[in-house]
Amino acid sequence: MQERKMRLSPREAAHTEVGHGGHSAGHHGHDEHHEHEHESLKTFGFWLFLMTDCILFASLFACYLVLHGNTNGGPTAEELFEMPGVIAETFILLTSSFTSGLAVLAMHKKNLKGLITWLAVTVLLGASFIYLEVDEFLKMVHEGATISTSAFLSSFFTLVGTHGLHVSLGLCWMIGLIFQLKRHGITPVTMRKVNVISLYWHFLDVVWIFVFTIVYMMGVM
Amino acid sequence: MLDNIKEFASEFFVTGDPLIYGADVSIGLAMIAIITVLTYFKKWGWLWREWLTTVDHKRVGIMYIIASILMLFRGGVDALLMRTQIALPDIQFLEAEHYNQIFTTHGVIMILFMAMPLMFGLFNIVVPLQIGARDVAYPFLNSLSFWMFFFGAMLFNMSFVIGGSPDAGWLSYAPLSELSHSPGVGQDFYIWGIQISGIGSLATGINFIVTILKMRAPGMKLMQMPMFSWSVLSSCVTIIFAFPILTVTLALLFLDRYLGAHFFTLDGGGNPMMYVNLIWMWGHPEVYIVVLPAFGIFSEVVATFSKKKLFGYKSMVFAMMIISVLSFFTWLHHFFTMGSGADVNAFFAITTMLIAIPTGVKIFNWLFTMFRGRITFTTPMLWTLAFIPCFVIGGMTGVLLSVAPADFQFHNSYFLIAHFHQVLIGGVAFGYFAGLSYWWPKMFGFKLNEKLGKWAFWLWNIGFYVCFMPQYFLGLDGMTRRVSEYSWDMGWGPLNLVSTIGGFLMGIGFLFQVWQIAHSIKFMERDTTGDPWNGRTLEWSIPSPAPLYNFATLPQVKDQDDWWEDKQRKQQGLPSLKTPQPIEPIHMPKNSAIPFIKSLCWFVAGFGFVFDWLFFAIPGMIGVLICMLVRSFSYDTDYYIPVDEVKRTEAALRGTN
Amino acid sequence: MKKPSTLKRITAALMLVLTMVLLSGCNPMVLDPKGPIGESQKDLIYISTLLCAIIIVPVLILTVIIVWRYRDKPDNKAGYAPKWEHSTKLEVIWWGIPIIIIAVLAVVTVKYTYDLEPSKAIESEKEPLTIEVTSLDWKWLFTYPEQGIATVNYLKFPEDRPIKFKLTSDAPMNSFWIPELGGQIYTMSGMAMTLYLQADEPGVYYGAGANFSGEHFGKMRFDATAISDEEFESWVQEVKGTSEILTQDGYNKLSEQSTVGEVSYSAFPEGLFDSIVMKYVTPGSSGHHHGGEEEEKEGESAEAQQQVDQNKMSMDMETNETNHENHADHQ
Repeated sequence: MQERKMRLSPREAAHTEVGHGGHSAGHHGHDEHHEHEHESLKTFGFWLFLMTDCILFASLFACYLVLHGNTNGGPTAEELFEMPGVIAETFILLTSSFTSGLAVLAMHKKNLKGLITWLAVTVLLGASFIYLEVDEFLKMVHEGATISTSAFLSSFFTLVGTHGLHVSLGLCWMIGLIFQLKRHGITPVTMRKVNVISLYWHFLDVVWIFVFTIVYMMGVM
Repeated sequence: MLDNIKEFASEFFVTGDPLIYGADVSIGLAMIAIITVLTYFKKWGWLWREWLTTVDHKRVGIMYIIASILMLFRGGVDALLMRTQIALPDIQFLEAEHYNQIFTTHGVIMILFMAMPLMFGLFNIVVPLQIGARDVAYPFLNSLSFWMFFFGAMLFNMSFVIGGSPDAGWLSYAPLSELSHSPGVGQDFYIWGIQISGIGSLATGINFIVTILKMRAPGMKLMQMPMFSWSVLSSCVTIIFAFPILTVTLALLFLDRYLGAHFFTLDGGGNPMMYVNLIWMWGHPEVYIVVLPAFGIFSEVVATFSKKKLFGYKSMVFAMMIISVLSFFTWLHHFFTMGSGADVNAFFAITTMLIAIPTGVKIFNWLFTMFRGRITFTTPMLWTLAFIPCFVIGGMTGVLLSVAPADFQFHNSYFLIAHFHQVLIGGVAFGYFAGLSYWWPKMFGFKLNEKLGKWAFWLWNIGFYVCFMPQYFLGLDGMTRRVSEYSWDMGWGPLNLVSTIGGFLMGIGFLFQVWQIAHSIKFMERDTTGDPWNGRTLEWSIPSPAPLYNFATLPQVKDQDDWWEDKQRKQQGLPSLKTPQPIEPIHMPKNSAIPFIKSLCWFVAGFGFVFDWLFFAIPGMIGVLICMLVRSFSYDTDYYIPVDEVKRTEAALRGTN
Repeated sequence: MKKPSTLKRITAALMLVLTMVLLSGCNPMVLDPKGPIGESQKDLIYISTLLCAIIIVPVLILTVIIVWRYRDKPDNKAGYAPKWEHSTKLEVIWWGIPIIIIAVLAVVTVKYTYDLEPSKAIESEKEPLTIEVTSLDWKWLFTYPEQGIATVNYLKFPEDRPIKFKLTSDAPMNSFWIPELGGQIYTMSGMAMTLYLQADEPGVYYGAGANFSGEHFGKMRFDATAISDEEFESWVQEVKGTSEILTQDGYNKLSEQSTVGEVSYSAFPEGLFDSIVMKYVTPGSSGHHHGGEEEEKEGESAEAQQQVDQNKMSMDMETNETNHENHADHQ
């Protein structure tokens, strides 16, 4: 164990700053530092993933903008969208973003209980968002507005549905993370995981703001 | 009951063509042979532990390369079947339906299942070694990428014997690829095969960007990085911007076909032209994704075999980055004839021509790397030398195609076919062949036979010109692409015959390559130096094949071409700039079965979606989710190699010293 | 040493065969045009080839010289400078020359792009003849609105008179191409494209459906015959006198997936072409929305967005415009 603490891991050595050659290894290395470096590598990769997701959503938005007028004689955005529900969804999702932020703050204070509580609140808010969204979709389908009604509705359901799918996956992930936190407590690994999911959650929030503005606001205006 | 089964089987399996029965038999025999050999030699455990579950970048790379060579064979056979059908007028060898399937699978396989994995294979083997790292940033994800590619490719290839192949062209333009015009399952195989492997490619893109940016050896500045690693970086940056668009496009096409959505349909307000735009917004960058690493390989090879530093390093880097960026602003040149108006066409004509500038600069830099050098004509160098004129001519015809009003005459003709084969074979294939023979000793510890390699080289090279030069003329003479028949009075017979002969010459070239590999495995001497070419970069500083952990102690980098400079100092009797480092326990990732199982689940799910069998699709998707959770919950994912073991391995690999 | 010489001999023999074949097959259609549009495109091809050759030929020669001169032979007296890796002067030259050439080529291209815009009328004293083109699975339907006749898989028109092709599709996209007269253009459902061509001399010109549109698209070849005015008139009368009428039902049958030979019709339903175009224009699709600026965060996607929008707009406009003209025609 003593020996394990003495040396610097390869990844850490590999990660020395560009241009600081000869950053000699083995002097200030210990496991936690190593893990920190290792975890920061993963966070960086997650940023890149978010960027690809950004392009994915951008493409879906582009399709929506091209197709949103093609109602094929079916219902239009004005006829279909019910703003109170959408505003409630928006409010809930924005709040959940805030609570996920509180979770991260609690984590930095090493407050495991607070962290888990705030994550649980975020999960609940996210789940109610999904509930409202599914409810909204079901209502539309009952009114005969389905994905196969018109190009407008295809692109609407796909864009909003993809966002909803992202939120749902995030929920599964967050629930899994709560169990991991209970088992392992706050470690560099779980800290990275919490940071990453909160990043993901904020990202979905930003996407939703675009959905709200471009799809719903511009739809009813 | 029996009748039901018979009816199902006749729908499920592709029937009625002797070619396909032949393929069925050979696939069956090959599988039996593999299973027998593995069982007889009791190799199942070895296969599972050492290969299927490995997260070692070198082994993943080798698996990529094996898969891509198999795919090159399949794609090549497709090509030869096509060339046979149109060798002469009025040949009744393949029906239109089969011909359409074959050119579709040829295109998809060559680009997505041959070029991409060969490229990823070289990324995997070379990049960590070149930048002095012990693995890629995310070894687990890397293995997952490979298996996603592999099962995606398997799913796509399965369509040959089960259900029927896709036949709407390699980019499957809607509405031809919609349910209304392609009711068979072939198109669904296309969607899911590409989708699954595409997700893998996206992950590889992220993986290598992080590897290159964050895991370089201590002291290696970005501007000292070997050119191949730079080319990988630019290619991966292009991947992460382009591949999400492909994911979306295929997903939308799937929704159209599966749920009756109206994105690209003729009816319901769909917009087929949007498909054409989207697919080329991925498709055009895609060709730069595969060609940029080839540029990197040429840069390495030309410097090594001219025994001279790469000329204009900064220019080279800059040029590649410009190409990466510009590649996103040219997609419309694939459909100038859509009539988007003169403003739009002029804009995209100019952006396309602009790419010629950085590409031209790279050619000059390669030439001036050789200038005042000492050129040895090894196989990798021959491929590189053949590349230059080939790519220059192909580039010129590319510029001709970019001239929008002239493109109205070239578009959809064999002129276009000749052009892109010239840049893809002359650029990409020659590049990867150069890379394969250059890094082969690093992968396996022995060189490839030079004599057979040269035979293969000449056959490919001559075959290439014989095959594709006539096609430029055929295009100018009005022969359009994808036609499976023409009559004697068109006058296209002689040139097509010549072209077919060229195609077969390349086929023989491929056989020579296979022979070369088999022969070399059996007869070539082991390379004990680890540096058989007198190389310049870090991968040549370690034994071949590289040990699991690559570098016993991480190299300290002072220069561009660090290993070369090191050798020069030693030769001149100067003291090394490096202080010896003590060997320490090495932190390594553990092997994992999850990537294999998860990709298998994707395969099952994809197969279920293809046939609309929810009893396959739902368990498959649940399997994927479970794999994700299992991975998320496992914390014991790595281990340490103790110092003693490292010392023992090093002593064994480096001989007595 | 024996092997390379055999190889060289094989190469030489192959090259010889190749050159012979190429020479025998000279004057390909695109380089031997019979109309003003094709003529300009041929000029443009030569101009751009020459501009490229300015840089390509020296590069090829340079490659041979360098590879020969710096080969690794013990008695090679050429210089060896293993560390020489940068020269600002040289870099400026080879960034500069391509930039200049591409700039020249860009100017030429832009000029020709506007001149040869397919929907731009050809200057002529004669009024253009309008022919409506519809690509079907897998055949071409040509309707002559002024003459009131229709043909399938063959075209006849007067020489030395501009032809205004209006094109659409009632099937997956195809492309209408008569190489000897000029470049191709896509036929797309829900859109009416315009292409002007002219034949300067009588003759039978090969026409192709250049874009893959399904199983038998290879059979979508047609003869485009240019004849004198008188011959054209008598041909029209002949078709009117002897051929069947194309009814709406007949059209519906024709538009199903099949291959057919050459057919003539003495009449066709009025406004057939417009009805084919309008078939795919869905209600509400005119409501274009240009508030996409928020989307600009992703360069290329926003670009695509604008692009798609623009395409659609220009095509919608074109559709409208041609519709108006059509109505005028019919009055």
